Amino acid sequence: MTTQNAPALDTTGSATQPVLQQVPALSVAGVSHSYGARKALNDVSFVVKPASFTALLGLNGAGKSTLFSLITRLFAVQSGQINIFGHDIGRTPGEALRLLGVVFQPRTVDLDLSLRQNLLYHAALHGISRREARARSEELLARIGLADRAGNKVRDLSGGQMRRLEIARALLHRPRLLLLDEATVGLDVKARADIVGHVRQLVTEQGIGVLWATHLFDEIAPTDDLVVLHQGRVLARGPVPQVIAEAGASDVNAAFARLTTQASPARSADA
Amino acid sequence: MTVTTVHTPAPTRSGFSAGEYITCLIGIVWREGLRFLHQRERFVSALVRPLVWLFIFAAGFRQVLGISIIPPYETYILYEVYIAPGLMAMIQLFNGMQSSLSMVYDREMGNMRTLLVSPLPRGYLLFCKLLAGTAVSVLQVYAFLVIAWFWDITPPPMGYLTVLPALILSGLMLGALGMLISSGIKQLENFAGVMNFVIFPMFFASSALYPLWRVEEGSPWLAYLCEANPFTHAVELIRFALYGKLNWVSLAVVGGCTAVFMIGAILAYDPSRGFVRRGPGGEA
Repeated sequence: MTTQNAPALDTTGSATQPVLQQVPALSVAGVSHSYGARKALNDVSFVVKPASFTALLGLNGAGKSTLFSLITRLFAVQSGQINIFGHDIGRTPGEALRLLGVVFQPRTVDLDLSLRQNLLYHAALHGISRREARARSEELLARIGLADRAGNKVRDLSGGQMRRLEIARALLHRPRLLLLDEATVGLDVKARADIVGHVRQLVTEQGIGVLWATHLFDEIAPTDDLVVLHQGRVLARGPVPQVIAEAGASDVNAAFARLTTQASPARSADA
Repeated sequence: MTVTTVHTPAPTRSGFSAGEYITCLIGIVWREGLRFLHQRERFVSALVRPLVWLFIFAAGFRQVLGISIIPPYETYILYEVYIAPGLMAMIQLFNGMQSSLSMVYDREMGNMRTLLVSPLPRGYLLFCKLLAGTAVSVLQVYAFLVIAWFWDITPPPMGYLTVLPALILSGLMLGALGMLISSGIKQLENFAGVMNFVIFPMFFASSALYPLWRVEEGSPWLAYLCEANPFTHAVELIRFALYGKLNWVSLAVVGGCTAVFMIGAILAYDPSRGFVRRGPGGEA
């Protein structure tokens, strides 16, 4: 029932009521995950605010993809809790997944189907009626500049265009949280900049909360929130300038280097 | 001033309407159909395989194997007529295994993720996928029946209709089996093993090519094995239904196996067990 949910975005709050703070778009609280004996995530906690761009910075193998698999419920949470706009991903996955759009690191478009067919299939998986799905597809394809290619096979697209298509697809059901896992991997400089710019626009224009996993420092802007993930642990989190200052560094690159070298001896000590 | 933080879930609809469920089902079947149309080789090979058995194997075997009058047949029949239902089931067996192959492929290629992050219940999504695969296999079987008709395999006209529910049920059973197997396959390369350890034993140790009483004469032990093989019952269910009759035992076995395989597959794709059971390091 929807009636039991108070309108979370109503922050005007009258004097008699407690101030309703904005529900985090994503909250990850004390999440640990193991593959057998190997611990992939260790007590990971952070939040993504609505209408914010949060960069999840970590090297390959830091646990980013495991974290994404947990948030999208491909794996069940072993310990800790993950909420999407307050909906527990384990207990009410339907509500949580409805608010979530995701672009995985490996390409997940059907190469033999057309752009439009890929979008319509995704819409059907979200129970969006055909007529509505068509309208939304045309609109999104126009926005990513691929309207004239709607009937072409995805196979004919460039890497950057495929990524744009995947982002459009992730937005089809109008999610309020968007996850992107290394979305610019394998793209050239221009395509990378296009994608990053496009996603930032979604944050400012549509108020979507974005979690952007990357290992590329130059994709992080000073106004972003940052979560530094290293060997399954969160080493730092907060607005970018704060993380840099706390690490006693001059930029993200140096902060990351300092944080990870500090963390590594500690890890080998308890190993 | 103290600010009480209240984290109330954002308002969203809970549950799904019947329309949403139906849209989802139609979408999944539609995609499966499109993929099938794009893979013409798959359709042709699905058709050529049973036809080779029918035109060559059955023609050669006709003289070797005499078939007495056994239900559901009411007259002496040619060997070709006898093996037609077995070949129909074989089409479905291959199709079931092929869709499991495509699930492993989808998983490796990431398409499976697209399916599983849908907000609809995961069991329902897998059921839709199964139904879509079954629909494709039923089409293949009817294409085979059309060609077989020119080869003098002419069941009663009503049989074409009465066989449909049997085909749907056997298609579901074999698809669910494929899905269950796919959850255990870690990599695409392992699929050759499925051919050797699933398709061939299931097909040969069944009543598809020879009636069980014949098998029993040769080896009672093998006859028991055939009797216990769910594929035998898929074949018999189809054979009887094609002649407008119902084989209750086969119906019970196929129905029961469908339920068991499907529950098994849904459990195997349960998120708590990790939908990709790769070793550590597979997922970075």
